[in-house]
Amino acid sequence: MSETAITAFSWSEENEKKAQYHIAKYPEGRQQSAVMPLLDIAQRQNGGHVTIEIMEYIADYLDMPAIKVQEVATFYTMYNHKPVGKHHVQVCGTTPCWLRGSDDIMSACKKRLGISKGETTEDGMFTLSEVECAGACVNAPAVAINDDYFEDLTPETMTALLDKLAKGEDVKPGPQIDRQTSGPAGGLTTLKDFDAKEAE
Amino acid sequence: MLADKDRIFTNLYGTQDWGIDAAMKRGDWDGTKELLGKGKDWIISEMKESGLRGRGGAGFPTGLKWSFMPKETDGRPSYLVVNADEGEPGTCKDRDLMRHDPHKLIEGCLIAGFAMNAVAAYIYIRGEFYREAEVLDAAIDEARAKGFLGKNACGSGYDFDVFVHRGAGAYICGEETALIESLEGKKGQPRLKPPFPANVGVWGCPTTVNNVESIAVAPTILRRGASWFSGLGRPNNTGTKVFCISGHVNNPCNVEEEMGIPLKELIEKHAGGVRGGWDNLLAVIPGGSSVPVLPKEICDTILMDFDSLRDVQSGLGTAAVIVMDKSTDIVKAIARLSEFYKHESCGQCTPCREGTGWMWRVMERLVEGRADKEEIDMLLDVTKQIEGHTICALGDAAAWPIQGLMRHFRHEVEARIDSYHAKAAE
Repeated sequence: MSETAITAFSWSEENEKKAQYHIAKYPEGRQQSAVMPLLDIAQRQNGGHVTIEIMEYIADYLDMPAIKVQEVATFYTMYNHKPVGKHHVQVCGTTPCWLRGSDDIMSACKKRLGISKGETTEDGMFTLSEVECAGACVNAPAVAINDDYFEDLTPETMTALLDKLAKGEDVKPGPQIDRQTSGPAGGLTTLKDFDAKEAE
Repeated sequence: MLADKDRIFTNLYGTQDWGIDAAMKRGDWDGTKELLGKGKDWIISEMKESGLRGRGGAGFPTGLKWSFMPKETDGRPSYLVVNADEGEPGTCKDRDLMRHDPHKLIEGCLIAGFAMNAVAAYIYIRGEFYREAEVLDAAIDEARAKGFLGKNACGSGYDFDVFVHRGAGAYICGEETALIESLEGKKGQPRLKPPFPANVGVWGCPTTVNNVESIAVAPTILRRGASWFSGLGRPNNTGTKVFCISGHVNNPCNVEEEMGIPLKELIEKHAGGVRGGWDNLLAVIPGGSSVPVLPKEICDTILMDFDSLRDVQSGLGTAAVIVMDKSTDIVKAIARLSEFYKHESCGQCTPCREGTGWMWRVMERLVEGRADKEEIDMLLDVTKQIEGHTICALGDAAAWPIQGLMRHFRHEVEARIDSYHAKAAE
């Protein structure tokens, strides 16, 4: 075996089950529909990014041409093609977040992490990205870190959040100010005393 | 103001549990079997009577859309696909419906799927909504465990199941045929129509694609009656709607209100008013990033519904209200949307692929004023060359914000060009 040989990718036992669970959602013979969830599972198993080898493995697994898997893996932004940090900090920069200070959030991230957009810290802890509309506009500015959203941020709370993550401490997703999810921060204007029983 | 008793999404903010027991106390899954027992024709006719227009942006009548599905199968199964690929900048309502009231959507899937003879529903949720997808999956499991889904769903004799499919970061998949391509495991590039999805949709089978909110309101409409829903709002613009109010307001929020509510009332009652007061308002994008911006003088009196906003050359879209106060660099705000569309163009059609980048680069120069005034008309001309010349509406969506900017704020762009040239001449 040459030194350049790469370790072959294959599903972990748990992920094999997950892959089968997803394939079973689609009609017989339509297993190609599972390519997106399978790429996601493989990316997670591989520590955050996909490789050509993974795409070929999935192509075999789903009995589809490798180029079709590559097309999918390169079309969608959530598949990473190079290693990302343990925490992938994705700052939304689209207009609704921008109106509420996303530039300052991005600056705070750059300053705290010492990296630019698209870069990863040397210790492999953080990758910083700007993303298009995260879909949390009434809780702007919003930042996604891995699978969770952090909302209603200020440069101060953003920096504090990164400090905690760097120390391995627990963080609380959702609004970082006092409010009930997407409800008005000043207190609810509707459904204040809503009681399910009265509705019956 | 809409009374709480007329609100459909009584757990919009997640103040209560999303789980099935709490959902049933809120009225979900109540008499579903009886509703199905009234038959497909009754369901579709009630939906038509209710006047519900699709909540994903285009406002097409939902009941009519359902009626396009084949009544008799030619051997191919039919499918319901729910568009939960919420990504229109300003819009974040479906997220709340899925994470806080998932059973309304799931029950809606069964009822809508039954009405159109579908064998299953696929909920296509944007990949970033990972936690929301977890809630949906768990809620579907709950519904299966109770016998509400699966074989003989709700004891109706009808077999139906619901599945979640996560996207992976592509705004274009909110376009129904791109979504179908993506669901088939391909790049999300829109298809030419015809054939329309009701004839040839996912896996070559008859398919209807509906927005989350359109499906989630269906069970309540059927339980309370078409006349209850159509009694709210205004003719041709009936019912309730979840509005998303973002930007320069004191308390940005989502809120379910009556269709046709005045924009000013919506902002002042629920979002704590414009930052610095109503007179500090510069402009509002009333229906998500794709619809043209409106200046304050229109916002003073405009009603929030499809027809009122169409009459002022804008649109209700997804009812995502993006508020901008007088501190806003309006040119930059629109330029950032141009960047969004450039990023999200799927690259299939030349006018959009090349045009979105071209428009964005000109917009970036206009932000500085580094341009000639003639370029404003050239830019408008290019928006017209893109609009209507692409397979899907993303090209139109990229063109409209710029057209809206020039319609109402051309003076601002010209002033900026003057100021740039004046400085350069110094």
